[in-house]
Amino acid sequence: MKKRIFSRKDLLAIKGLHEDDLTLILDTAESFKEISRRPIKKVPTLRGQTIINLFYEPSTRTRSSFEIAAKRLSADAINISASTSSVVKGETLLDTVKNLQAMAPDIIVIRHACVGAPHLIAARVDARVVNAGDGANEHPSQALLDLLTIREHKKNFAGLKVAIIGDIAHSRVARSNMHALPLLGAEVRVCSPPTMLPLRMDAFPGVRTCASPEEALEGVDVVMMLRIQLERQDRTLFPSVNEYARCYGLNVRRLALAKKDAIVMHPGPMNRGVEISSAVADGKHSVILDQVENGVAVRMAILYLLGGIAE
Amino acid sequence: MKRILLQGGRVIDPGSNLDQTLDILIADGAIAEIGRDLQLDESAGISIQAEDWWIMPGAIDMHTHLREPGQEYKETILTGARAAAAGGFTSIACMANTRPVNDCAAVTRFICEQARQAPVNVFPIGSVTVGMKGKLMVEMEDMAAAGAVAFSEDGKTVENTKLYRHALEYAGSLNRPVICHCQDNYLFADGVVHEGEISSMYGFPGIPPMAEEIDIARCILLAEFLDLPVHIAHVSTQGAVALIARAKERGVRVTAEATPHHFTLDHRAVADLYYREDLEYAVRRQYACFNPNTKMSPPLREPEDVAAIKEGLRTGVIDVIATDHAPHEQTEKEVEYQYAPFGIVGLETALPLTLMLVRKGILTPMEMAERLSTAPAGILGLAKKGGLEVGMDADLTVVDPECRWVIDKEAFQSRSRNTPFDGWRVQGKAALTIVGGEVVHAADEQLASSLGIAAW
Repeated sequence: MKKRIFSRKDLLAIKGLHEDDLTLILDTAESFKEISRRPIKKVPTLRGQTIINLFYEPSTRTRSSFEIAAKRLSADAINISASTSSVVKGETLLDTVKNLQAMAPDIIVIRHACVGAPHLIAARVDARVVNAGDGANEHPSQALLDLLTIREHKKNFAGLKVAIIGDIAHSRVARSNMHALPLLGAEVRVCSPPTMLPLRMDAFPGVRTCASPEEALEGVDVVMMLRIQLERQDRTLFPSVNEYARCYGLNVRRLALAKKDAIVMHPGPMNRGVEISSAVADGKHSVILDQVENGVAVRMAILYLLGGIAE
Repeated sequence: MKRILLQGGRVIDPGSNLDQTLDILIADGAIAEIGRDLQLDESAGISIQAEDWWIMPGAIDMHTHLREPGQEYKETILTGARAAAAGGFTSIACMANTRPVNDCAAVTRFICEQARQAPVNVFPIGSVTVGMKGKLMVEMEDMAAAGAVAFSEDGKTVENTKLYRHALEYAGSLNRPVICHCQDNYLFADGVVHEGEISSMYGFPGIPPMAEEIDIARCILLAEFLDLPVHIAHVSTQGAVALIARAKERGVRVTAEATPHHFTLDHRAVADLYYREDLEYAVRRQYACFNPNTKMSPPLREPEDVAAIKEGLRTGVIDVIATDHAPHEQTEKEVEYQYAPFGIVGLETALPLTLMLVRKGILTPMEMAERLSTAPAGILGLAKKGGLEVGMDADLTVVDPECRWVIDKEAFQSRSRNTPFDGWRVQGKAALTIVGGEVVHAADEQLASSLGIAAW
């Protein structure tokens, strides 16, 4: 085993990480991918370690991905979702986490609707904390699996053109990627209805805002489509799903503006026919299922680097 | 009642434009004499050496939340009044959003009754509408008679402009000002921090400046149309200062206040100002921490807004410095930033933060006395307060402008500790707080014990 050199206790955000940190996680993930293709998909690396998946928001993909990652490393994974926990009895996040801490977990993976919830607990528990999504702030493991997928298809990041299209303001996936991609030398363009764009895009150096999806897509290597949250209460953000699909949806015609070998990504779950047409989602440019596969490898790498014992 | 002679202090009184080294004799709860070489028989009272100290008319905080009745675990009238005394305030006006709301004379009388044991003057502010529900006007005449000095829906706005108009008219007939908490509820929505670089960076729901400015414009238009006074609470934006400046130029009867946190901190503090206990973690790990003690309404704004607030205080467009003292228990604040209640305590940190403005040359000591005492006394109609003339109430704040100290939330008199200024090295504090001719706070322990001030 390689010596663990990830110097941080927690993985709370991409912002604050260095290029070396990202490369280390990606390299480690790459070496783990092979495990998932074995007939017996298990290594003893984290045997005896306890990992708690504390999910305050519904999640299928991310939670099962972390759980599978933990199990493939032989860790004991426990899932706690807000609906079954003492949250419904009014317990505070810190009390819940202190109680969990008393049971001596090695890693707590947390998904929460509020910005900074992982940061709040990380400073107060011994367990290592992994942010699996905090409000609209960050979703670092998603950005890392996106990076791994891009690297597999495009080899390196320098000079790569990446378009991120959709609800930027409310997207933690977008924020993590807007930190990660420029750090690795990629050129990022974003496009969004004006109602879903953060007021101050200059907070993200190296990210260019485009007026239309056509402008954003012109000659890009990578297209990331973001999910439109149809369940959102605020109905003032766009007039209708139809209008959104017409103006911002990725279809075959729009995709033709990108490079011939462009890849199309989506963090899921997709609204088919809204932000992405089925023809594109299932087409030859789509790497959406590669992302899911890489999700397991990236999360194995994160858990290993935070929890693994150096030899 | 013993007489008190303050000897050789720098006496600063905006009302009479006095700034000289003089003695002040206090007798029977009032200022008896101001002059040179005043004498006091040892048997008749006590003499206190006040050299190096500034003697100002007692500071009046026209914007506090005392939480009693209803949330005594956060603050009571007594603990809030003690915090005021320790911070150098001789009078405080308390907002109506208690439980129950101060929306009838019975609650107003209860507050006045509880305040009788308080070391400082407590002036209740009534709500504008019953239960702060925005539907029915409160019985203002009854409440004014019971002691309400002003009316305010602070914490909320009055959405119904017609009702707001009538409330202004009614309060005007009683010579009571209406204090406006200005916020457009739709623009404010679920916002928690200023909409700008920080909200964009971290994905916090943002509060745009115009959420405040639109409502300020509405209140100014009401005041102008009716030719009645309005007071704008906790101004936080550049645009708001400009609106108020223009209104004043054309003679609108509008006054305004700003809080120490809005002229001291900007929104970068949201991600950069840690709990002391988090500091090491954040520095070592290079991740942001979000301290809910930077969450208040209105929120901390841009550096340009902070500069505009300071300039407004300098020019007098902003008349008053008020704390918006909003106690919350530690466990209520130590939660997810978005779930934490708005507000911070301010009574025990306001004076050193205001003195920073004096040291930077933004305010003269005279202007500081004006913003902290004379102006709020005028707005609230407290005729015998806010000045140092013979015959006025002996409410005095004696400032030691040089004293260096470290703000320690654990040493607060307030029942709550929710301050972003914990651990700050500051300069200047209240050496003495004198209320109605009695010394209720002395910073120097020896002096305190010789004056017989009980430790709280």
